Amino acid sequence: MALDRPNQLFRNKTAKIAAIPMILTALVVFIGGTTWTIVYSFTKSGLLPRLKWVGFQQYERLWDAKRWIISIENLAIYGLLMLILVFALGFLLATLVDQKIRFENTVRTVILYPYAMSFVVTGLVWQWILNPEFGLQTIVRGWGWETFTFDPLYNANIAIYGVLIAGLWQGSGLVMILMLAGLRGIDQEVWKAARVDGIPTWKTYLFIVIPMMRPVFITTLVLVVTGIVKLYDLIVAQTGGGPGIATEVPAKYVYDMMFAAMNLGQGFAASTMMLITVAIFIVPWALMEFGGNKSG
Amino acid sequence: MTLIKQLLAATALVSASATVANATDLEVMHWWTSGGEAAAVAEFANAFTASGHTWIDGAIAGGDNARPVMVSRITGGNPPGAFQFNHGRQAEELIESGLLRDITDIAEAEGWKDIVNPSNLLGACTVDGRIFCAPVNIHSWQWLWVGHQAYKDAGIDVPTNWNEFAASAPALEAAGKVPLAMGQQGWQQGGAFNVLMSSLVPQDVFMSVYGDKDVGVAAGGEIATVFQAASDARAMTLNAPVQNWNDATNMLITGKAGGQIMGDWAQGEFAVAEQVAGEDYSCLPGLGVTEVLGTGGDAFYFPVLKDAEQAAAQAELAALLLKPETQVAFNLKKGSLPVRGDIDLSSANDCMQKGLALLADGKLLPDFNMLVTPDTKNQIDTLFTEFFADASMSAADAQAQFVNIIKDAE
Repeated sequence: MALDRPNQLFRNKTAKIAAIPMILTALVVFIGGTTWTIVYSFTKSGLLPRLKWVGFQQYERLWDAKRWIISIENLAIYGLLMLILVFALGFLLATLVDQKIRFENTVRTVILYPYAMSFVVTGLVWQWILNPEFGLQTIVRGWGWETFTFDPLYNANIAIYGVLIAGLWQGSGLVMILMLAGLRGIDQEVWKAARVDGIPTWKTYLFIVIPMMRPVFITTLVLVVTGIVKLYDLIVAQTGGGPGIATEVPAKYVYDMMFAAMNLGQGFAASTMMLITVAIFIVPWALMEFGGNKSG
Repeated sequence: MTLIKQLLAATALVSASATVANATDLEVMHWWTSGGEAAAVAEFANAFTASGHTWIDGAIAGGDNARPVMVSRITGGNPPGAFQFNHGRQAEELIESGLLRDITDIAEAEGWKDIVNPSNLLGACTVDGRIFCAPVNIHSWQWLWVGHQAYKDAGIDVPTNWNEFAASAPALEAAGKVPLAMGQQGWQQGGAFNVLMSSLVPQDVFMSVYGDKDVGVAAGGEIATVFQAASDARAMTLNAPVQNWNDATNMLITGKAGGQIMGDWAQGEFAVAEQVAGEDYSCLPGLGVTEVLGTGGDAFYFPVLKDAEQAAAQAELAALLLKPETQVAFNLKKGSLPVRGDIDLSSANDCMQKGLALLADGKLLPDFNMLVTPDTKNQIDTLFTEFFADASMSAADAQAQFVNIIKDAE
């Protein structure tokens, strides 16, 4: 029988032919582009890519650059806090909206609305709100609290938190909607059973509902994390990396090196480091998530 | 039916007129988009159109945004007919790759070698003895702009040089003014440092550091003096939260700030606000200490094109850019100095006249962009962004980092 079976390669021909464009795109654009970038990160490419090998020189310069170190630190601070706070806020908002409140549609729309704004608009809006001369600080002082000081974007030590506020404002709505969808997907019978057993509402949420919402959490996590790593436009619009170099991020370093400094090699080295960082987090998770499915 | 006939007739007419005029479309890319700049580039466009061709305007706001687009179009095989760059080392690699047209024949036919003044402008366009660009103007960085309003409010005399300016800072502060307005962007802060260097210490220091990349001089006492001056300047800029250079200039116009170190393009802002040089503001070339002008500026480069007609139009445009009439019309609108010394600019204002006088005297310095690569410039800008934002960074620390940058510079 085994001999009669057609070659594995030619099974499901139509499906395989249909998948060829997709496979080619993945190979050429993703794998090909990535390999090309990594190869050229070992060269001394300026305005144009050139195969003039310099070994690890670009990487040495990268890790000697204070701006790069600060970029990495900023991304770590922003990423960690964003991840925690956006989930906490989003979930909290979702549970509040889920209490069968009146005007739910209105509330939902208002909270989701910031997500419809581009990062550039978000950045500009918050740049104005946080401007000490005509933003929040002036308004509160106008109310009579004369010593009120709130100018995170002008204080290098806390500027990144000013960006975080804008990021949260923009991102919480999406997390809330996803969580709300998850909550609505929970069978009402579960709630009834919990109530019969006399379990307090918060405990039901924490120990029954959240574990049941695992797929929603995973989807949200992927969306939020990719949003964090590619953080660029918000910074450009809101602070331009300033004050000084206090809010620089890796993606901006890559762009500036490649296009403002006309130093492609350095930009490629930085983007390769970003790829490695992402891979360190994503690969173990992907193995856990998708590798686990096979055995289970 | 009649409508269709009319349309057909119109189409035929249009195509007929196009063939009769035998005009060539030439796309010109540049980043002159502010009010005065757009008016200036329109002078080029009009002159080119008058010669029977069509100028297709490809303006992109902001040099940092425009350059990547231009470069990717050239390397991608879809080059514009001509494009603006700051002459100097920005186009070096494009020339080495043979993507730009050698216009030595045009330059020789027009006698550019004899008319371009100062001659190093043409030098910046020359690679291995061949000329690749047409310089169109001179912009200099070395100016201290002083707003008279702030000094009037504080009840003190308007300073006439950097030292007086620095001495007057406490009095201005006491009157609630910001002594030195400076936008918090790297190119402005790095630029201001270079101006301090070219003005406060002997000029050969500037040339040794940026021209010869002499690490010893960069680490030496004279540069330490400059860093100390930069540190003083930093103390004067605190409490001035602006980003754009024109916002900083506006602080002078409105009497909120005393002075600003900025290139000659700042006078466009004073002109728009209808301020009069000498009465409402003063301009001090070389910070009033060492009168000297840098010779930076803009130039047009011409990519290699296959189409013979377009190539001919390129040649016409290149020659046109340096004609006396175009130079006068363009530079008066732009507020920059012309690249040829043999034309009449008596209608220029006080500050431009000061610049012209320095130009005539040959008190000139090559521009920073001619001496260092964009990569080195970017590193220096980053250093000063950090330095001017962080009051705890000492002059000595900054100098140590500066020495490292110069050591790696090419």
